[in-house]
Amino acid sequence: MIDVLYFAWVRERIGLPREQVETSAATVADLVAELSAREDRYAAAFADVRALRVALDQELTDFDAPLAGVREVAFFPPMTGG
Amino acid sequence: MDVRVQSDSFDAGDELNRFTARVDGAGAVVSFTGVVRDVDGGLIAMEIEHYPGMTQKAISAMVEQACERWALADVTVIHRHGRLEPGAQIMMVLTASRHRVDAFAAAEFLMDYLKSRAPFWKKELTRAGADWVEARDEDEAALKRW
Repeated sequence: MIDVLYFAWVRERIGLPREQVETSAATVADLVAELSAREDRYAAAFADVRALRVALDQELTDFDAPLAGVREVAFFPPMTGG
Repeated sequence: MDVRVQSDSFDAGDELNRFTARVDGAGAVVSFTGVVRDVDGGLIAMEIEHYPGMTQKAISAMVEQACERWALADVTVIHRHGRLEPGAQIMMVLTASRHRVDAFAAAEFLMDYLKSRAPFWKKELTRAGADWVEARDEDEAALKRW
């Protein structure tokens, strides 16, 4: 089980801020493919992963990063702080 | 180092005075305050979402990087989240060093990184509706100079 978190428009499009996901996905990209296959709202949110960022256990990484040992995955758009 | 992520407002003048007193003898103190600007006279409020847990860590890592690159006596970063109205202070960066060059460079470095690498997302509420602010290519490009 891993915690999957969504922020900003990704959260709005999917319709929830976080959920627990049972997955055997090896990489972030595999997890995205699994989620996208679930329902249209996921497919819509993940339609263009170039428009998204991902963090594993609260560290920014990229979509081919492995998920082994990861407890928390977060998907969000490019950040707009400052 | 002092990193604060909060919804409460802060007094930029008080922060600057306390910081300056704390780094007594540093010689140079640079402060930057970010303020919510209006959007063509139509902004009702800005809503800032963040990633609790990651935000504090990500900003602290940026401050540590700045401390490795420049000779800094101290750094404070304050960043707010939640609903902010036009004119409200969003964030503040304070740097202190013996000479101004380091204090200015570190403050600019931190500003550039806070914009594109700290997990905050801004939504603008205007009379026309609500829209997420899109990241700008210039902000991403600004990181390359560091």
